[in-house]
Amino acid sequence: MENNNGRFGVHGGKYIPETLMNAVIELEKAYEFYKNDKEFNEELETLFNEYANRPSRLYYAEKMTKDLGGAKIYLKREDLNHTGAHKINNVLGQALLAKKMGKTRLIAETGAGQHGVATATAAALMGMECVVFMGEEDTKRQALNVYKMRLLGAEVVSVTSGTKTLKDAVSEAMREWTNRISDTHYCLGSVMGPHPFPTIVRDFQSVISKEIKQQILEKEGRLPDVVMACVGGGSNAIGSFYNFIEDKEVELIGCEAAGRGVDTFETAATIATGKLGIFHGMKSYFCQDEFGQIAPVYSISAGLDYPGIGPEHAWLHDTNRAKYVAITDEEAVNAFEYLSKTEGIIPAIESSHALAHAIKLAPTMDKDKIIVVTVSGRGDKDCAAIARYRGEDLRDE
Amino acid sequence: MNKIEQAFKNKKAFIPFVTCGYPDIDSTYNIVMAAYENGADIIELGIPFSDPTAEGPTIQGANYQALKNNITTDDVFDLVVRLREKIDIPLVFMTYANVVFSYGIERFSKKCEEVGIDGVILPDIPYEEKDEFDNVMSKYNVALISLIAPTSENRIAMIAKEAKGFIYLVSSLGVTGVRSEITTDISKMVELIKENSSIPVAVGFGISTPEQAKKMACSSDGVIVGSAIIKLITEHGKNAAKYVGQYVKTMKDAIS
Repeated sequence: MENNNGRFGVHGGKYIPETLMNAVIELEKAYEFYKNDKEFNEELETLFNEYANRPSRLYYAEKMTKDLGGAKIYLKREDLNHTGAHKINNVLGQALLAKKMGKTRLIAETGAGQHGVATATAAALMGMECVVFMGEEDTKRQALNVYKMRLLGAEVVSVTSGTKTLKDAVSEAMREWTNRISDTHYCLGSVMGPHPFPTIVRDFQSVISKEIKQQILEKEGRLPDVVMACVGGGSNAIGSFYNFIEDKEVELIGCEAAGRGVDTFETAATIATGKLGIFHGMKSYFCQDEFGQIAPVYSISAGLDYPGIGPEHAWLHDTNRAKYVAITDEEAVNAFEYLSKTEGIIPAIESSHALAHAIKLAPTMDKDKIIVVTVSGRGDKDCAAIARYRGEDLRDE
Repeated sequence: MNKIEQAFKNKKAFIPFVTCGYPDIDSTYNIVMAAYENGADIIELGIPFSDPTAEGPTIQGANYQALKNNITTDDVFDLVVRLREKIDIPLVFMTYANVVFSYGIERFSKKCEEVGIDGVILPDIPYEEKDEFDNVMSKYNVALISLIAPTSENRIAMIAKEAKGFIYLVSSLGVTGVRSEITTDISKMVELIKENSSIPVAVGFGISTPEQAKKMACSSDGVIVGSAIIKLITEHGKNAAKYVGQYVKTMKDAIS
């Protein structure tokens, strides 16, 4: 899909300081070698299956389907992975790659904390040092994940610059990488940043759509009509879409965080409100003002609270291969509660954005149609914040 | 020889950096004038950006404050117009790719030529991505300044051969900010650059004391100082011009 310079149409590229250029070139070379290396792929598959609990289930949500009265809904249960989200797929791949490259230290950014926990987990497993950068705002929203990372042996750096959220955590991780390169791999958590990260992360996450395809063919004997997933940077979405991109009959829908609405400033819906720009190593769409200042975005979901979108999504949007819709906080919270009550599954607030769209879309489709929704993570981490959103305080004192 | 290269002729150049609009645009005017009057050879004007990923905490703070004051790219161009009424030394912008890209590379470059900006430093545009910017800027006689870092190694020749104006040699790993010690072998890197290019090499990142400046200037063509100046501005606010002027004089004397 992409050419050698990591371009997806006009998007992508590597817009980074000269200090990092040899590091990303070295990473690109290592990845080009190991992605076709039999031993590497066998090791990774073993980690996926034995450690991360893959393949994840494709679950027929029968009650939800009947309740909504339209298309059949299947849930791709990435929430059942070890560490509770899809993030582990990418992290195991990158940590293994880093280890092969002789790196002994992983650094990462995290929003909701899921990628940070996954990175800390892989570092513990592989005996690597780990430092996770997390916006101060997010350390408050996701205190449990901060504890988990520390429990796993990682250092968590609370980032106090800028908006103190995910974008600032990415900036700080990039700064740290320019400071210490020789022993350190930057384990980027989404399909963003400079080439080769969008490609590497997509490849490691593409196991999601590879499994969906096999599983739906086994269960239904045909491909789904719609595959949908939530999009921040877009890693679980690209993972869910990738093996269907060539199957033109499968509609692909990414669900962005509208926050308090796309007509307000408190939104993180990049496709709906952003424009073409260059930031965090890539050319893509970004929420920004008329002078190119990156917007202080907002979403109830710390994991989707990012002002950009991965370059491959930008390209899927340009070519109309995928469609992107914006889901508000309120719609996502409703979906969070709905899935909990209807199916007994507490989804991450990020994934709830995709579920919210499924709830809207399914009733408009015929009963013989099939929707697959990726539940990218579990919602335990969000319970306190959602309770607060509903005016309830969970602290037990 | 263009105006930037002239500034290095027969002398070591001292290049101070300021963030425009910090603490406010009139203070920036006074600070730049003071730097000019006290011997600055080229002045680097920072157009503030919301997420300055190559900067340490000091310059990050100046960027945030300037943006809080609602300083826009157009305000900075207006400042340059005022400065150009008084000073003729080369002025270069230091900002980030998205500031230029969102303004329109063509429109930005044209405006640079109109107001008298001689070069632009974009730390997030490496060699591989430079053509999109450089091809347009060249048309308007604006030099896209190339950076070389301690990690550049095998890339030095390639970058040096196509460099314009001067080469910004990054002294250390990491981001901008005052450092007590610079451990990179600067003279060896300068030697490698000189094998491939005749344009001047100025060293930046981490330099704050006259001793450091002298040492760096010995093995290169000039020094760039940013964070140390921003610290003075933070300390003295609207009255900073006098102190920055004194500092520029001390540093210029040290390398002369």
